[in-house]
Amino acid sequence: MSSRSSLTTAEKAALSIIPANQNPLWEDLLPGGFHWSARIRRGTVLRLTAQAADANLAALFFNAEEKLERYNAPDTLKAQHTAFLTRGHVCYSDMGRILCSVVTDTTGWNDAFCGVSDAEQIKTQYGLRDFGAARNGMYRSGREGLLIEMGKWGLGKRDLVTNVNFFSKVSADDTGKLIWNADHAQAGDIVELRFEMDTLVILSAAPHPLDPATTYDPAAILLSAFAAAPVAANDVCRTSCEQNGRGFQNTERYFAAMPASSLHSSNQAGA
Amino acid sequence: MEIKSITSPASFKLSAPLKESPLTEATAINSEICAAGEPWMGRVAKGQTFRIVDLEGNQAVDTLFFNANNLEERYSPAHTVQKSGQLYLGLGSKLYSSNAQVMATISADTCGRHDTLGGACASESNTVRYAMEKRPMHSCRDNFMTALTTFPLAEEIGLDVRDIGANINFFMNVPVLPDGELYFADGISGAGKYVEIVAEMDLIVLISNCPQLNNPCNGYNPTPIKLLTWEATNHA
Ligand SMILES: [Zn+2]
Repeated sequence: MSSRSSLTTAEKAALSIIPANQNPLWEDLLPGGFHWSARIRRGTVLRLTAQAADANLAALFFNAEEKLERYNAPDTLKAQHTAFLTRGHVCYSDMGRILCSVVTDTTGWNDAFCGVSDAEQIKTQYGLRDFGAARNGMYRSGREGLLIEMGKWGLGKRDLVTNVNFFSKVSADDTGKLIWNADHAQAGDIVELRFEMDTLVILSAAPHPLDPATTYDPAAILLSAFAAAPVAANDVCRTSCEQNGRGFQNTERYFAAMPASSLHSSNQAGA
Repeated sequence: MEIKSITSPASFKLSAPLKESPLTEATAINSEICAAGEPWMGRVAKGQTFRIVDLEGNQAVDTLFFNANNLEERYSPAHTVQKSGQLYLGLGSKLYSSNAQVMATISADTCGRHDTLGGACASESNTVRYAMEKRPMHSCRDNFMTALTTFPLAEEIGLDVRDIGANINFFMNVPVLPDGELYFADGISGAGKYVEIVAEMDLIVLISNCPQLNNPCNGYNPTPIKLLTWEATNHA
């Protein structure tokens, strides 16, 4: 069953929680296959916009001020009784707090259990194109990309846990056999993440490990940051299940416990 | 609790057949009981067979594997699911490492399905999943921390919280429906059921015999397990 949405690009963009007249704080184009990382402040919305069909964006999240605290796929899935992420879901850390909330999603499904492609798989599936042969058109894998960016922040293989794959859909039949859903994401699909903690975000736009394509042509992703409105009491992520209400409570306690001076200096630090 | 537990979903089908092991307890080189709710840690050498027995039934056994010769290489549920194209573990399942290598193969299984999506329970996630007041309850992550900070083997090799990734839940049934809904289900394990792996590399095994009291994974009553090891030479 195709999950292809019938919405136009303009209709998808209109589903954003950011008013059309609000300017981004910044924008950055992540070319297909490339990797990226940054600290994103609490109270920021990061919009991900697929620039072509079959986009995939592997993402990992760490508490920016205590990187031992990191995204936990099992806690995220079981708290919300879901095997995938979409609007109304949140990404939990292993400390019972919410790193970010999925406030908009025009794809309806983002894979949360398949992990990333690695160099061996990319070579086997697409052939070898290194820098010498292709310059920046070289073939990159998700694992390499994540590890390169993680290395810049003192993180390594020990920290490479199961990531989210935004824009990709993998479901399972009643025996657990995985189903790759082709034609899932298209150009103009958006996912908006609202950050509830100061978060180190690690991204790779390399192909999904189950993408059967034989041509290496991953889509670029436009990253746009906006100032978020405060989280309302009736926020879709806070109210989607009672578990998330407690997750927000844990997160708010964490910041309430910080002295104002420390909160201020934390807001000043970093890139 | 609004935990959506189901005892026998209409969609429940085994993905692998059951198979008993030819090995008998009399020939095991090691046999230990891990008490209800306690951690366990040990070595299993390449070629050896390791069996976990659910002595009284309905027990979830949270299990992590590390390459004993390269501790940065460890069990990876994402690789295991991705490489096999299959969400559930059962007979014949290959358990992959974070370096995409096969760490172990399930060689016998009298239960039929094991979970690798649900991970371990923890004080912190218990506050989210059940209630703030559940935080002081005993949990698998606290078990892992206990092992890493007090067990001689853990102190010798040096592991910490960074090394605790997502685990296998042996004997636990966490069905994912085709629409992506995830359930905690009950009723596939029973007294004396077991799962057996053959180590494909030298392994460190870290277990939390789950103390979770809030969902049906342990039948609301955690019970002991038995751990057995056989030398490679005993293989048929
Ligand atoms: Zn547990």
